[in-house]
Amino acid sequence: MTFDDIFSKLSVKFPKGVLGKEETKPDASIKIEPSAIHEVLKYMRDELNFETLHMVSGVDYPALPALCVVYHPGSYHHKMIVSLKVYLPRTDEAKVTSVTDLYKAANWHERETYDMFGIQFLNHPDHRRILCPEDWKGFPLRKDYVTPDYYNGMPVPLYFEDGAPTEGGAH
Amino acid sequence: MGPGDNVVMTTMDDVLNWGRSNSLWPLTFGLACCAIEMMATGAADYDLERFGCGVFRATPRQADLMIVAGTVTLKMASRIRMLYEQMPDPKWVISMGSCSNKGGPYWQEGYHVLKGVDRVVPVDIYVPGCPPRPETLIEAIMMLQKKIRVQEAALGPLGFMRKKA
Repeated sequence: MTFDDIFSKLSVKFPKGVLGKEETKPDASIKIEPSAIHEVLKYMRDELNFETLHMVSGVDYPALPALCVVYHPGSYHHKMIVSLKVYLPRTDEAKVTSVTDLYKAANWHERETYDMFGIQFLNHPDHRRILCPEDWKGFPLRKDYVTPDYYNGMPVPLYFEDGAPTEGGAH
Repeated sequence: MGPGDNVVMTTMDDVLNWGRSNSLWPLTFGLACCAIEMMATGAADYDLERFGCGVFRATPRQADLMIVAGTVTLKMASRIRMLYEQMPDPKWVISMGSCSNKGGPYWQEGYHVLKGVDRVVPVDIYVPGCPPRPETLIEAIMMLQKKIRVQEAALGPLGFMRKKA
């Protein structure tokens, strides 16, 4: 089974859920409607032998503007990985349904995507930050993220914007 | 120690410093890749035990020496401070590797990295390298031993050396 077979099967099964093909390099990807991603992945897992979810990650496109969640379900049966892209509005209200109930692997990946991009995953069993401290402000991998000057009394940059060196810490 | 010092006191200094410098017990504490080199230093090839320094303790209550081996993230910094405060006096800190010295490769863009562990704990020896080879860490420990041997160990309340803030 090739990528085009998968794409045509998904297009027939979900005429409203599949928005089209995107000619990304090196492999093409499939654009999915945000509300349909859960049933698309469920169909791929149950009917198309995609047993594993290799990765869930995020991309920030400030030019579009959009936030994007990328899913990489993989199949040992077909020896292939397909990338599915879900475009969300570039706001703090970017929400998509969690797929943790389908793939356990999605749990930490979705937490990391939330931590770095602020994309919320509905029905996630443990929806909190995974890498940054829990009282961290902002989402670091967004393109417009500004590094804070202080975190809990500790200076973050080596130099402030005016060139003055930062000193001291939480002694 | 100069002329006119109490003979007994100088002897106490020497004995205490000798004991302390030759039984440095480090905290089992690794943060990143530098910890791999620290483990290699403790293992058979480099054999830190030759310097009385190979007893890595799993609790700060029994440790004299904290080797900050690796990237100090802001999340970890407050934990490092807590571990340091849990160690009994006298205590020493070695900052191992570029990351804990001054942020390392994260010095400019690292939003999550503390730019030098000396911002949360006082550091005695800085070890350069990314990561430093085990020989470098051994040299740092020998430098620290030299530093301990000239300390005025018997000063301060109850004869315990107090770190000057």
